[in-house]
Amino acid sequence: MSIIGIYRFYADGFKSMTTGRILWLIILLKLFVMFFIIKLFFFPSFLKDKTTEEKQDYVGNELIIRASDSYAK
Amino acid sequence: MIEAIDTSLIDWSRAQFALTAMYHWLFVPLTLGLAVIMGTMETVYYRTGNEFWKRTAKFWMKLFGINFAIGVATGLILEFQFGTNWSNYSWFVGDIFGAPLAIEGILAFFMEATFIAVMFFGWEKVSRRFHLASTWLTGLGATISAWWILVANSWMQYPVGMEFNPDTMRNEMVDFMSVAFSPVAVVKFFHTVISSWILGAVFVVGVSCWYLIKKREKEFAKASIKVASAVGLFASIVTAATGDQSAYQVAQVQPMKLASMEALYDGSAHAPLTVVGPVEIPEMLSVLATHSTDGFVPGINDIMKGGYELADGTKALSVDEKIERGKMAIKALADYRQAKKESDTAVMESSLRVLDENMPYFGYGYIKDTSTLVPNVNLMFWSFRVMVGLGMYFIVLFAVLMFLTWKKTCNVDYHNWLLWLGLWSIPLAYIASQAGWIVAEVGRQPWTIQDMLPVDAAISKLETGSVQTTFFIFLIMFTVLLIAEIGIMLKAIKHGPEDK
Repeated sequence: MSIIGIYRFYADGFKSMTTGRILWLIILLKLFVMFFIIKLFFFPSFLKDKTTEEKQDYVGNELIIRASDSYAK
Repeated sequence: MIEAIDTSLIDWSRAQFALTAMYHWLFVPLTLGLAVIMGTMETVYYRTGNEFWKRTAKFWMKLFGINFAIGVATGLILEFQFGTNWSNYSWFVGDIFGAPLAIEGILAFFMEATFIAVMFFGWEKVSRRFHLASTWLTGLGATISAWWILVANSWMQYPVGMEFNPDTMRNEMVDFMSVAFSPVAVVKFFHTVISSWILGAVFVVGVSCWYLIKKREKEFAKASIKVASAVGLFASIVTAATGDQSAYQVAQVQPMKLASMEALYDGSAHAPLTVVGPVEIPEMLSVLATHSTDGFVPGINDIMKGGYELADGTKALSVDEKIERGKMAIKALADYRQAKKESDTAVMESSLRVLDENMPYFGYGYIKDTSTLVPNVNLMFWSFRVMVGLGMYFIVLFAVLMFLTWKKTCNVDYHNWLLWLGLWSIPLAYIASQAGWIVAEVGRQPWTIQDMLPVDAAISKLETGSVQTTFFIFLIMFTVLLIAEIGIMLKAIKHGPEDK
């Protein structure tokens, strides 16, 4: 199948959709909310501003400190 | 005094992860289960050329498509949470967790995305053989996705194939095959995926029963029940067998999980299995846990005290001894890192030796209250019984439906009560499926990685309020998606299969 053939296969498929159009709308809306709102504003990587060495040091220190008896609740 | 992690932060982060995982798991098993059933129906169409089976397969594909579209990518939110809420965990697991998830994303997701298009758009455009292959490969893609996710999850239950690197603070994979094909991963895969076929089969049975109650699409509904009950009966029996294997493995690698499933405080040889209340099956727990009627099954108190004989002939350590060794491991890690800064190679070497010897108990070094080592016994006990009880019920349901639909002299639509039972079994299948995850995941608590990293060491230092906010954002988002799924699906079911 040529590239044009593959394009037509998908284009015809999308044109003939009924319920599928609502589903695609839901998928796109969901992906937008997930990646452009939730990920961007609510779920930054906690260690993102650190270099690899800084991440190693940070996690190393955290895992040592949290075991100490003075790390009480 | 060092400022400690707020326990409510831990609880909210766990609740958020559980909420996301459980909502995601509403969609996944139906995808896996419907894939097998519609693949079987299309295979019959391919072999017989009977258009009836094409129409039947197309209807269930439509419902598969709705479920797939609503559920797709909801699992990615779990990965957001790893990076934000569980940053120590994410760094500590290193490439062990990343590799299976990356393979899942690249290989299986693109496999699904390619063949699903042929499955929906290709009915009149590709050969029947190629279309059939695409339908099965869509299901296979989803199943391979599940494989890699379950490999990652199994590693958290039974960490193997890695070495901890104290320089990078990460676990590094040293044996890919041990991780990918660990016995826990293999059994978990078959148990989880094949139990999903039960949910798919119950869904098909339930919807078909509704058509028969409404006296619509009788031929279609009976044929669907015929296929679904056969798939469901096979899946229920295999799930029971893999569940038996799973219980044996849990007894070996997570004895506290088994003890809490059974609410077993004081263990014994010839241990009976509690059904409910005073009803017990003599010696059955010993058989399940040790494959021997006189095998010793430790209870919660035995695991705390230690001293009983393990399967390899050694004596089990007490929790206090494990905590002591965990503290030695963490102190050795601190000494190693300090010695490295001071370029003291002698101390580095001796610290490494101590760390290696005690690494299997690393996580116990964080345990300050030994009662936290016991998962929620009531939740575990009842979730396990709900899962197993419903599993037994499905075997009977599928056997009866199979008898009535496959035997020519019997007619399933004469039994109205059975049709209603079939319809109301749909929520029961979801309850059983969720109960299975509760047993697997609540039973692992307090560990994120069994014996290596408890939740309070794994979590990021965040504001509790921000986790509460995102918890409710997810609750609203997932509920909206679920309502959308149910609404669109009900509309499609009411419409019924396409006209002949």
